[in-house]
Amino acid sequence: MTAPAEAAVFDPGAAAARATDAILRDTLHGAARGVVVDSPPGAGKSTLVVRAALELAAAGRPLMVVAQTNAQVDDLVLRLAEQNPDLPVGRLHSSDSDPYDKALDALDNVRTSAKAADLAGLGVVLSTAAKWAHVKGVEPWEHAIVDEAYQMRSDALLAVANLFQRALFVGDPGQLDPFSIVGGEQWAGLSYDPSASAVSTLLAHNPDLPQHRLPVSWRLPASAAPLVSDAFYPYTPFRSGTDHGDRTLSFGVPSDGSGPDRVIDEAAASGWGLLELPARHTPRTDPEAVRAVATVVRRLLDRGGAATSERSPDPVPLTAGRIAVGTAHRDQAAAVRAALAELGVADVTVDTANRLQGREYDVTVVLHPLSGRPDATAFHLETGRLCVLASRHRHACVVVCRAGVGELLDDYPSTEPVQLGTLVKFPDGWEANHAVLAHLAEHRVAWRP
Amino acid sequence: MPAKALDARALAALAANPGCRRRAILDGAGVNKAALASALGAPSVFGQSQFAFVRGNAFEAKVKADGGTELLRLAHEKLDRAAEPPAGAHVPDLTAQGPEGRTARTELALREATEAATAAPGAWTLLDHPMLALDVAGSPAFLEPDAVVVHPDGSWTVVEIKSFPMLDGAADPAKVGAAARQAAVYVLALERVAARLEPSPRVRHRILLVCPKDFSNLPTASAVDVRKQRAVTARQLDRLTRIEEIADTLPEGTCFSPELPAERLAAAVESVPATYAPECLSACELAFHCRDRSRAAGAVTRLGRPVRAELGALTTVEEVLAAARGEAGDPDDPTVAALRRAAALRAEALADAPVPVAAREVAPCR
Amino acid sequence: MSLIATLARLEAVSTGRAQPAATVRHRHLSARPLVFVPLTTAGEAGAPLGALVGTDRDAPKLLAVPQPRDRDLRFAFLSELADVVLPYVDGFADAVEAAERAETDPETGKRIKVEVELCADAPQLIVPSRAGIDLVRLLGRSMRFRRTAEQDPEAPFPAPPRVPLLGRWLTHFGERARVPGSSLLLATTDVLSRHWATGQSTLEDQHLGALLAWIDPPEGRLGAEAAQEAELARDADGQLLCPPAGPATDPAFDNKLLAPAIERYDRARTALAAAEDGLEADDRLGALTAAEREIRALVESRTRPTWDAVWRGLDLLRELPEGARVEERWTRDRWSFTSHRDRVLAGEPPQPRRDDAVTAANKLAVREREQARLEAQEALDDPLVMAGRRLAGEAFAGEVVDVVMAYSDSKRPSPRPLVTVRTDDGPHLGERARVYRSLGGKPQAAEFVGREDGPGGDGGETLLVLRILDKMGRGKEPEAGSVPEKGDRVCFTLFEHEPRGGAKLPDPEETPWTHGGPPGEEAVPEAADPVTEEDLL
Repeated sequence: MTAPAEAAVFDPGAAAARATDAILRDTLHGAARGVVVDSPPGAGKSTLVVRAALELAAAGRPLMVVAQTNAQVDDLVLRLAEQNPDLPVGRLHSSDSDPYDKALDALDNVRTSAKAADLAGLGVVLSTAAKWAHVKGVEPWEHAIVDEAYQMRSDALLAVANLFQRALFVGDPGQLDPFSIVGGEQWAGLSYDPSASAVSTLLAHNPDLPQHRLPVSWRLPASAAPLVSDAFYPYTPFRSGTDHGDRTLSFGVPSDGSGPDRVIDEAAASGWGLLELPARHTPRTDPEAVRAVATVVRRLLDRGGAATSERSPDPVPLTAGRIAVGTAHRDQAAAVRAALAELGVADVTVDTANRLQGREYDVTVVLHPLSGRPDATAFHLETGRLCVLASRHRHACVVVCRAGVGELLDDYPSTEPVQLGTLVKFPDGWEANHAVLAHLAEHRVAWRP
Repeated sequence: MPAKALDARALAALAANPGCRRRAILDGAGVNKAALASALGAPSVFGQSQFAFVRGNAFEAKVKADGGTELLRLAHEKLDRAAEPPAGAHVPDLTAQGPEGRTARTELALREATEAATAAPGAWTLLDHPMLALDVAGSPAFLEPDAVVVHPDGSWTVVEIKSFPMLDGAADPAKVGAAARQAAVYVLALERVAARLEPSPRVRHRILLVCPKDFSNLPTASAVDVRKQRAVTARQLDRLTRIEEIADTLPEGTCFSPELPAERLAAAVESVPATYAPECLSACELAFHCRDRSRAAGAVTRLGRPVRAELGALTTVEEVLAAARGEAGDPDDPTVAALRRAAALRAEALADAPVPVAAREVAPCR
Repeated sequence: MSLIATLARLEAVSTGRAQPAATVRHRHLSARPLVFVPLTTAGEAGAPLGALVGTDRDAPKLLAVPQPRDRDLRFAFLSELADVVLPYVDGFADAVEAAERAETDPETGKRIKVEVELCADAPQLIVPSRAGIDLVRLLGRSMRFRRTAEQDPEAPFPAPPRVPLLGRWLTHFGERARVPGSSLLLATTDVLSRHWATGQSTLEDQHLGALLAWIDPPEGRLGAEAAQEAELARDADGQLLCPPAGPATDPAFDNKLLAPAIERYDRARTALAAAEDGLEADDRLGALTAAEREIRALVESRTRPTWDAVWRGLDLLRELPEGARVEERWTRDRWSFTSHRDRVLAGEPPQPRRDDAVTAANKLAVREREQARLEAQEALDDPLVMAGRRLAGEAFAGEVVDVVMAYSDSKRPSPRPLVTVRTDDGPHLGERARVYRSLGGKPQAAEFVGREDGPGGDGGETLLVLRILDKMGRGKEPEAGSVPEKGDRVCFTLFEHEPRGGAKLPDPEETPWTHGGPPGEEAVPEAADPVTEEDLL
């Protein structure tokens, strides 16, 4: 197969390296107080954060790292220790029970404490935004890294920004937006709207800060990057780091001709598969759809899948740990877990979009958020939710859905209110849903057990 | 079918309920829905107070006074600061015979203004109440934006003039949203015109919304990014069932003339399916009629679209209540099981109430 | 919408009457509320046309603006409104009780208790609908920056005295109304629809007449038909029998009745101005007074039905017993009232047009905390609300079937009894999840230890084992009554009962660079809106 001319010129490795170099240059040697990095799914955000942290530490700059959840903080601590076991790292934690991952206790150079004062003098101190907000009366850090900055609310940044002099802000603008449980319309359009994202406030007040974009997704295969980029990042496109044919997914056991097997083959060949159940309005935990999801997972495991990729030209078995199921609601996840247990499947991750943010698998099976629904709420139409679910895979994504979602969307037009002065950054949820649906329709397989 | 100009309300109804076939065919056929609703005995309640009307007109006149000086000043300030400030405005005469004539006249004026701008940059042109055509579900619709501005660089901007206030820079988000959806339709229509020109001028995706400032009737303006609304409307228009296809499903000789006897009229209207939801009440003249029909059919949707969320395949009030009471439905169906659980919990809570709250009721739960 | 709420609506459809959505009243109702039923002029930003206002349901004060475009007449309206509202508000300012508040000592930086005043009661403003709350805010915004002749002798159109003060108070009421669970300013439709589920949509519930028709239909009528009549029925003149609760008026009223009346008034005024002698002037003044009286009568005819409806709504609400924790939330309203009273007394400037970054973030934090508090308290006060939380897996109720005494591992072992609860509910309990029950009004925490399915197998009954963690006293043996006993009915929630306070935000003068840095050094008082001939308010 001959690659198109422009692809031949595009060297993803070089493009990504150029971006990273520029980011580190601005961070370490630039004059601006802040640097903003947009990172699409799987573009190497964590790698960048760890590398920037190590270089700042190596330069002797006291560094604080702000992440949004305890799991994210622990993950970064583990990655830092893996890259440089000798680096003294502080993990500031809350005083709740089980505040951090017990694996941290095994690391010699990681000190944990609920008091910032105990961690003074360590090269890098990491914690959540919520915990940092309680730190008062300390000398500000010279540098900070704010991770998942698009999922951080403006008011959370307000609470911690006096703790540092300069900062690198990294995040994925396409994932779930921060939200508030109460209305904050009266501040919409203000540069410092407290329920807007930290990045939008930062840029509104500091429009001249250097902004970078990681241009290449190393996770998403060539089959997925264009769709995800067009549907969710229409104004800031990105590309896949791999080309068609760089990754393969094959199965030892041939298809038995059933819907699940055919959709698995479709997804293995094209990267996408839509397993379509007959149109019907169902409760949230649609038993048929749940069973279909579980069956697809069971068959993925039974058919002896093996993946090759740029990481490993030799086939790597597709194990339970490399498969994830994504749903919109917790009760759906619980129902899928129960169905999987009945089929004797263990160790497959089953979670909601919120909890799958930032994670990566070889194959994902997604229960479409609108499948079988009689109504489509703002929750289900939120672009971030669908974006997270459609961008966790390295090889293939199988979507299980009932027919009729297109017509449902037509009945639930997008009539969002508009606040003057707010920036429009992302596509409309309604439109993005239609775009994804139209693409999936080309990979449709009818459900036949 | 005689074409009818799609006014702001018809556009709002289209945006609020694109999937409703009844609305589609009536709007497409240019039927006067207000007269139809009255003839059906369920008159619409849309009326305009003369105070609002007078003030709205006075405001628009003020905005466009002096050959559009103030309007162009706002366009320059809010949208195109890099351009030469407008010195004087060119306001072409757009009068012509009939909507087709006015559309052609508008197109000509747009072409001339754009060519003039390219030839000698620096001139601003204001098109006052131009007329645009757009294909909606296979039938032509005529649209009349408040104004279109041709910038010195030859690009075009839709202007919407509204009489709700911008107070301290903020305005009612629902009204701004409606204005943005309306403007998005105009943007699409302008893009069709632009596509016929060589080179194609740019239609700007930030429109100019002009409103009274604070408590005055001095104009102020805000740029509104309508990319989202444009993308949504474009897809909605793509997905609309063609009106001829709907018409083909109608019995031979179906007619919606308000002069028909109410019974025949009702039957004609009934022959096209509607998708009623309470949102229609603020967007469609026929909503009260459709609400009555929805009630008579016992549809749960008339209580609001979100009501259906947990009801699965159950769509009528009696079906749901029967399932909740245990009189119907498969207990293994999760919807039915959840309904029974909810009914049991509700009954238990009402029995636990500090004082018998059901005293006023006839029978809370049979 | 939760399935329980949906069922209530469907039952309302089926029975023809609204069904309870609450078993107790979740909002405080003052013994002496001030009811305010305003009307505005169409097409103009909150230009008042008239109002009924007062605390006596039988004697409302009627205010009317015979020519809404006349600035002097509008000022007269606002001035009269101030004469009713401000004495009412002031009536609550003087009766105080001693209270304590935690403050940071400026010298030591430590938290200390300070004796302060807390107003023993607070004013309560009731409007018919949510649009009424918006109008209160709009009126507040339009008045608070006005300058009186005394403040600024140069002001081109000085406002009557006390009008700016009324603006500050209405602004305060309007801001407070954004706090979940607050009751300083309530919309009747909101409070009624919180407590009853009707057989129509929430959109249609915004119509006060229709809402009341469902809750309390006329003898022998069904809610649905009574509601439709309230919405749509017109007299021979084409006027609605049940005028909209405002502040917007029905266009048919504007066009057929109001516009001609205003025209007559204008003509009479012009004629009066043109009068050539005293006798003619007397005559024409009589005509003007008659024209004005006609407009006042029109305003009264459109507001009086709403006025009566608001009071009827209050009657219905008063029949419900007040929830146990409503008083506590009202105390927060009293704090809010007291602190604004203090700001006014201290001569602080009016609330700014826009909050600064820190104020906005603080307000949002307060509202989120109050929302969490409200959700928890409503559930604890009301079994029907708790039923919804149980259905959602956020709480569970059941019977204690076993209690085993156990102790903590520490040096001084404390009681950590294991309690087994049998429940039909399906709570979403994660490993070692915390749960809470209300013990004497205070939350007692327990930890989820494990579950076994009941004898029924799948679904149905479950046995949940919990370890009680606190509120058992300091001794080795738990205090009497602090541990549930076998046979007790208990209800645990997965949500906390008292929301946690967030971290303290920086002071405004320490606003960080990410948020634009500190606001300007000098505190310039906000300028009044520039006034032009065409201004509305």
